[in-house]
Amino acid sequence: MGSDDQGNHDAGRSGFTRRGFIQIMGTGAVSASLAGAAIAARSKPVPPEKVMDAENTVKIRLHVNGAQHAVLVEPRWTLLYVLREAFGMTGTKEGCSRGECGACTVLIDDIPRYACMTLAVEAEGRRITTLEGLMSGEQLGPVQNAFLEEDAYQCGYCTPGQIMAVEGLLRNNPAPNLDEIRTGVSGNLCRCGAYTHIFRAAQKAADLKKR
Amino acid sequence: MAQDDGIYYRQGLPVPETPEPGGEADFWKTTEIVGKRVARVDGYERLSGAAVYPSDIKLPNMIYGAILRCPHPHARIRKLNTDPARKKPGVRAVISGDAPEAKGLQWKYDDYAAPLFDPHCRFEGEVVAAVAADTRYQAWDAVRAIKVEYEVLPHVSDHDQALDDKAPKVHENGNLVGSDEYTRGDADKGLASADAVVEQTYQTPCELHTPMELHGCVANWDGDRLTIWESSQGVYAVQSRISEVLDMPLSKVRVIGHYMGGGFGSKLQPGKYTVLAALLARKTARPVKMILTREETYLCVGNRPASTMRLKAGVKKNGTLTGLDFQCTGPSGAYPAGGTSLVDWQIRDLYQCDNVRCSSKDVYMHAGPARPFRAPGHPQGSWALEQMMDDLAEKIGMDPVELRLKNIPEVSQARGNIPYTTTGLRQCIEKGAEQFGWKAAVKKAREHNRSNPAVKRGVGMGACVWIVGGGGPPATVAIKLFRDGSVNLNMGASDIGTGTKTVMALVAAEELGVRPEVIQIEHADTGTTQYATPSGGSKTVPTESPTVRNAAIDVKRQVLEMAAEDLEVPAADLVYQGAEVVSRSNSEKRIRVTEVSRLKKRGVVMGVGYRGPNPEGKSVNPFGAQFCELEVNTGTGEVKILRFLGAHDSGRVLDRLTYDNQVFGGIVMGIGLGLTEFRQLDAKNTGKLCNRNWHDYKLPTALDVPADMESLPIEIDDPEANNTGAKGLGEPVTIPTAAAIANALYMATGVRFTRAPVNPIEIRRHL
Ligand code: FES
Ligand code: FES
Repeated sequence: MGSDDQGNHDAGRSGFTRRGFIQIMGTGAVSASLAGAAIAARSKPVPPEKVMDAENTVKIRLHVNGAQHAVLVEPRWTLLYVLREAFGMTGTKEGCSRGECGACTVLIDDIPRYACMTLAVEAEGRRITTLEGLMSGEQLGPVQNAFLEEDAYQCGYCTPGQIMAVEGLLRNNPAPNLDEIRTGVSGNLCRCGAYTHIFRAAQKAADLKKR
Repeated sequence: MAQDDGIYYRQGLPVPETPEPGGEADFWKTTEIVGKRVARVDGYERLSGAAVYPSDIKLPNMIYGAILRCPHPHARIRKLNTDPARKKPGVRAVISGDAPEAKGLQWKYDDYAAPLFDPHCRFEGEVVAAVAADTRYQAWDAVRAIKVEYEVLPHVSDHDQALDDKAPKVHENGNLVGSDEYTRGDADKGLASADAVVEQTYQTPCELHTPMELHGCVANWDGDRLTIWESSQGVYAVQSRISEVLDMPLSKVRVIGHYMGGGFGSKLQPGKYTVLAALLARKTARPVKMILTREETYLCVGNRPASTMRLKAGVKKNGTLTGLDFQCTGPSGAYPAGGTSLVDWQIRDLYQCDNVRCSSKDVYMHAGPARPFRAPGHPQGSWALEQMMDDLAEKIGMDPVELRLKNIPEVSQARGNIPYTTTGLRQCIEKGAEQFGWKAAVKKAREHNRSNPAVKRGVGMGACVWIVGGGGPPATVAIKLFRDGSVNLNMGASDIGTGTKTVMALVAAEELGVRPEVIQIEHADTGTTQYATPSGGSKTVPTESPTVRNAAIDVKRQVLEMAAEDLEVPAADLVYQGAEVVSRSNSEKRIRVTEVSRLKKRGVVMGVGYRGPNPEGKSVNPFGAQFCELEVNTGTGEVKILRFLGAHDSGRVLDRLTYDNQVFGGIVMGIGLGLTEFRQLDAKNTGKLCNRNWHDYKLPTALDVPADMESLPIEIDDPEANNTGAKGLGEPVTIPTAAAIANALYMATGVRFTRAPVNPIEIRRHL
């Protein structure tokens, strides 16, 4: 959250509690989480003695798929929780909520991140792109089309995450080779085992994007 | 030839003839669209995010449920205080065993009924209490606030020790769930007559399904009617269980499961969580969303039980199998759940052998009960039998492919020698080996190994039969033809990711001569769609596809009768040709389907199809063979699978694209069983589960599977199986994978790895 929100919080109890830690993470200088690694320094950290109760909400602004959303969140809410349960968006899935499966992958400033490992407050001010953001109007985007044509999914539940991982890969490396593709989606489990088709879809997506 | 009617019909499409009323549908000799590579009909929804899975549902006024579970494998609840939970912010309801709404409710495991809230907890993860709160975070705060005093009791968490005298009893009458014996011929005599005999113990680990979408549901009451959105393989199965537990009429329980994120057997049934969601929703008069955590899915929604198997086998020099003697122990878990179910089926039925003895013991232990897991029992038995075949082949100096080809049965021996409608086992092995380049690959690997001490290569194979896979009644499908020619297909079956909707659209399109895109599918809703059994057992395609075809034929029959009035000729003289109905005797007499008067007036024609019986005295089974090539780094124990080929006889291929996807998916899952997955219980100390997440329990990732995978369908016309000739696919494709890997590892290392998974630690231990 921005420093202008700090006055709104109850001081609550003091001491360095887990919640206090989260509070620091939320506004903190450096995030230790994998997904949050790229989220750089933020405004002034809240000193540990100003610990806020988890249920106290703060107002943040999230920039999702080109639109601003103002939302009240508990500091401990993950970006995933806010996208799914507050906004009701269905293009980001939850498989584990602990940074193991990639079903929740979104792009934060064009880099694939696990939304379950990113607190919503951390994501403020960042450019968040979800599966919905890859559509052009009602049309599927190139990566989505490639997944359709190559049948790169079965149950489809890991699929939004796979697509975001491929999208992030291609934004950074428009012509990846097979090894780069495999590494690019290696943080995204597919229990249905559609990997072979996912590799092909990623290759096709690279071609489609070039056109 | 039908003319193109523009939007809905496909141009120039010869449509199969409608049989006389009551007549049998002809077997398709050729097909126009069935069998092609067709993208999924629901691809847009799944890829755009528009598909709403049960875990995505958000209803007005909805609150969130969470469950407190017993942290011990065996304990008795002494004291339970839920008051602190009630005081937490946002909490709307708390229920536990003494709540009036839970009184008398029971939960059944097979035929064993236990209280829904049982103070005697027999596995880690047993339900203790449940809460509902405004947010999921608050629900979990409340769960953590509940105070419980447990009396921790001694446990047994190793199935090999469950039958020891000293082992703590899971249930009063001991730890044997049941045993099973099978004999054919005389195994001892058969073994005595062999030129070579091998005896070996094999073990497979307990494997967890962990589908990507978490187990869970949303429950909502509308007066006395309950609606449940469940992540499920079978909405009717959920309906029947919930109506039984809550003692409600079936009609008052509506279960919807349009999309679901994988199940692999673990979602063939609802869970206690479904009942708890319903109870909390009733108590609060609000919709309740109850989605389990990943950790919970490791504890209490089933598993593929571990197995300890002993196999003794004999073979003549000429390759004839003379005897198979098999014993197996496996755990159901804390309640009866088929701990050794079908483990011996490969031994009983895959290869020609006159003398077979199988015995198995299913045991209780203090861990979450099993559930069916993709081809229950089969990959375990295959792990033993397929490695044994390779050992026997080596003993008599025969190629492993050759040995298998020597022992192809023409009949189902385990069913009293009744014939199969078709068996492609021979072709799967022969053609698969040819396509894979088996002989050359073996030679190349051996040469490679002579000059490479550090990285060794191996090739291996395995074959399989799946016990069912022919499908069967009951199933009902309704197809509506609208007056503009578009079509609505209504079936109860779930599409669990296998492409059921797509395949059924292709079948209806083939029969009606319409484009698959104009077929709208309604499915998996007990309130509005037709009856179907759950999607499991690889039976959905062979069950539903003939039913869809029958419904389409019923539509055509009715349209012909209606057109007969317009054309003033008998219906029997008319042929349905996609966009048009034409007279056989006078081709001048023709009418567009969309111009048929009664269809125009009525607006819609509805055809109903039922699944007919399977052929009598014959067995319908899919077969397969898989081949792989891999590399082992003898220094690190790392295995790199270079390529895989799956040759499967599943009858007619209905959509080649989704077919191949199934084959590859089955292989990936088999790689998990063979190389990476195992449930680790702390059996000696706490009995608790050590690896309860995807970090500690490793699934195959994109880096663990070969990009080079090939699928070779062995298509044999099977008009006797059913009127589309399709057999099941989803399960056979994972049966021989792990064993094929083990056989390749043997060639690479000279070590027979009999204990799965063969991870780097296991490899290093033996090198
Ligand atoms: S839900 Fe975020 S990594 Fe699994
Ligand atoms: S498509 Fe089901 S988990 Fe990937």
